[in-house]
Amino acid sequence: MINIAFNPNDLVTVLPELFLLGATCAILLIDLFLKQAQRNVTHVLSLLALAVTAWLVWSGAPVQATPAFNGMFVRDAVGTVLKLFILLTTALVYVYGRLYMRDRKLFVGELYLLLLFATLGMMLLVSAGSLVTVYLGLELLTLSSYALVALNRDSVMSSEAAIKYFVLGALASGLLLYGMSMLYGATGTLDLAKIHAAADFSANGAHRGLLAFGLVFLVVGIAFKLGAVPFHMWLPDVYQGAPTAITLFIGTASKLAAFGMAWRLLEVAMGGLHAQWTMMLAILAAVSLAVGNVVAIAQTNLKRMLAYSTISHVGFVLLGFVNATPAGYASAMFYMICYAIMTAVAFGVILLLARAGFEAEEIADFKGLNQRNPWYAGVMAIAMFSLAGVPPLFGFFAKLMVLKAVIDAGQMWLAIVAIVFAIVGLFYYLNVVKVMYFDEPAQKEAVALPADLGMRWALSLNGLALLALGIGWGPLLDWCNQALLASTQFAR
Amino acid sequence: MITLAHFLTLGAVLFCIAVAGIFINRKNVITLLMAIELMLLAVNTNFIAFSRFLGDASGQVFVFFILTVAAAESAIGLAILVVLFRNRATINVDKIDSMKG
Repeated sequence: MINIAFNPNDLVTVLPELFLLGATCAILLIDLFLKQAQRNVTHVLSLLALAVTAWLVWSGAPVQATPAFNGMFVRDAVGTVLKLFILLTTALVYVYGRLYMRDRKLFVGELYLLLLFATLGMMLLVSAGSLVTVYLGLELLTLSSYALVALNRDSVMSSEAAIKYFVLGALASGLLLYGMSMLYGATGTLDLAKIHAAADFSANGAHRGLLAFGLVFLVVGIAFKLGAVPFHMWLPDVYQGAPTAITLFIGTASKLAAFGMAWRLLEVAMGGLHAQWTMMLAILAAVSLAVGNVVAIAQTNLKRMLAYSTISHVGFVLLGFVNATPAGYASAMFYMICYAIMTAVAFGVILLLARAGFEAEEIADFKGLNQRNPWYAGVMAIAMFSLAGVPPLFGFFAKLMVLKAVIDAGQMWLAIVAIVFAIVGLFYYLNVVKVMYFDEPAQKEAVALPADLGMRWALSLNGLALLALGIGWGPLLDWCNQALLASTQFAR
Repeated sequence: MITLAHFLTLGAVLFCIAVAGIFINRKNVITLLMAIELMLLAVNTNFIAFSRFLGDASGQVFVFFILTVAAAESAIGLAILVVLFRNRATINVDKIDSMKG
């Protein structure tokens, strides 16, 4: 039987989530009474809600991991780090996307509310302590994302991307759930930590069979959500078809949440079986690196190219998981955070150059950008060099850490594959730089920059952060290491 | 006597039909939505069977959550379908291919 005891302290533990839920509902009501001209109020309120939530996450971070609601929810250091970056990147989506969405008549309350609900789902997901919370957090995130992709109702591409995202996302959820049902059958519990204690792969018979089935379905579901090859089919179409601001969201915040989910399921629940899943992940990683980097070369659409680049970066993140120790997961988390910050810059520049009726999403649109606006050409070049992993930028150290983790795990071949394809990847990143600096621009006049000073400042700072973190990456890595060490110890 | 294995086989068969429905179907997006529902029901069958044979109620609680989310999911799926039909005037899976590469 289930013993349900209500402890009022649990409400304090989930205070950031409760606040975000309350604020979202309040904004939902306030937005109803606003005229279109006053939509900026929703914008400011949403940013404020995110900021206060981040403050609550930060200031109330417990020294020790604290479970709430009978272990359904765990507030620990990993959750804190991921939540802070999720909130930060969601705020960047608002700041970078405001004018873009306004030009396309998509500057509506739904945009803000769906993003806030998705953020709530992500926060729940990265703090999940039970299969039920994993599923609910994931669905709150993905259902909001489907609607966000389809937000541009009159665009053929947008609605096509949404239906593809929906069908493959629902398939992934189904596979994940099937795996969860098998795990439940094998262990008799939905609690992640209890599953870890009960899962014993050395036992023969039905228990082992169910565990093996559950594990395979879980890995496939996670690979779908991360976008690892061969489960990546949805990713390029969604990146290309969605409004660029939404692509930014799917590429940054929801990837951080997907990392959180992968860690909760693979380590907290299935950590005892890591000998079984590391090989699966190693193969997924190798194929993702190969396909992502090679197919990206052939792309002419920048958003689509960045989608294939995402696939290759997911391969790198999986390399960190292959190590299956706190240090390995820390390198994967460090990589995911780094990836989110770099991608935010790349999509930010696309959003900056886009105007009404012009998307700036073809690589050819960046021709001679240096002559038209040297500063943002520089910011984009930093993002491209960082994505390619050129020292001394942030992306280089992230790659270094996962390579170290994978060599420590004794998988030398995987490190060689990763390096070879990282060099292949240099080609298409540097191609963008070449187009910006050495090609003749189609029109000579300077780029008409949007009037939003906040966005320009945020984007410039975001670009410079890649340089600053490339030099001072130590504290962030230490933070990731400590968080994973503490959380893994607690989960045991 | 109906054992746990019977229920699991039923669940597996339903699940396979659903996956086949998603991958083989080339005609109609509505069939895809039905296949997705079937997949979630296969999972529910599994959970209920395990819950019954393990004597643990939490699996059944999970089923209620899945049912609720499935309803929300089909609502969103149908809404996207309506948008797609307005833009393309078709819901034929083969014709949804304006993006390639």
